[in-house]
Amino acid sequence: MYKIAVMGEYDSIYGFATLGLDTFPVSGREEARSTLRRLAEGNYGIIYMTEALAAELPEDLERYGGQLVPAIIRIPGVHGNTGAGIQGVKDSVEKAVGSDILFGGEA
Amino acid sequence: MASTQVNPTRMELTRLKKKLATAVKGHRLLKDKRDELMREFLDLVRENMALRRKVEEGIRRANTNFVVARAGMSEEMLRTAVMAPRQEVLLEQGVRNVMSVDIPVFTAKMRTPDPSDIYSYGFAFTSGDLDDAVKSLSDVLPDMLRLAETEKSCQLMAAEIEKTRRRVNALEHVIIPETKSGIRYITMKLDENERSTQIRLMKVKDMMLEEAHGYKKKQEA
Repeated sequence: MYKIAVMGEYDSIYGFATLGLDTFPVSGREEARSTLRRLAEGNYGIIYMTEALAAELPEDLERYGGQLVPAIIRIPGVHGNTGAGIQGVKDSVEKAVGSDILFGGEA
Repeated sequence: MASTQVNPTRMELTRLKKKLATAVKGHRLLKDKRDELMREFLDLVRENMALRRKVEEGIRRANTNFVVARAGMSEEMLRTAVMAPRQEVLLEQGVRNVMSVDIPVFTAKMRTPDPSDIYSYGFAFTSGDLDDAVKSLSDVLPDMLRLAETEKSCQLMAAEIEKTRRRVNALEHVIIPETKSGIRYITMKLDENERSTQIRLMKVKDMMLEEAHGYKKKQEA
């Protein structure tokens, strides 16, 4: 049985605690990194991460990208949407097809 | 094929022919795999995009609600309110196999079936805005789970499609032409050898006849 984790700055994620997801407020790159490693090796199937935090850990996300679990999913934080999540979907289209034929024209 | 050394022997020819047959078969299979993966991927990625827009919009709205809730309460009060959640989400993970790619299937289970268990605090000392905020976030949760599933699947499939595409291209543009030209080289070399043996035999026959009958001497005489 897996659990679901949410990582990011406290203000962006505290609400998820009420739903029954485990929240891990982190600040700073190193702390985020060690927390992510702990969660990924632990019993977490999905890790939601704020876009701002995900932008700081590109290598770590790539490392877990090829594995079945955990699924690391970017969500917008309280400070607004950076578009990184949408960009991630476009990137996978580009990887598969060679160029973004589906959402290329959209913002 | 001239660049690499091939032994012009019949054994090598048979080997190369077998290799070509396997490569062509493999190429056809991989191409089919790529096409099918691509079809599934395009469906999935469209769903992924739609879900992502929906989830991002939902979270944005929930965040706005949380900011409003926060404005109406003290920091300590809010932290206490969300500190001890009553609900817990457990995740069951299955695996679906699409054209040899394992993609996850998540099924979420709530610890308690009561939908009001998301309010982990007493209503007396918290603002009503917090209830709205929590409710709006809870509405997004099913889509968030679905998003996690599709997005992870899309990433895994994209990686597999890329790999398959490379294999198809390598077979189509390198292995198959190389093997074909190797086969041509050996066939030509063997034909050439055969012709040269033929000529040699004819020559030897001429020489032997000459020795036995001495046509030239007779002509001169």
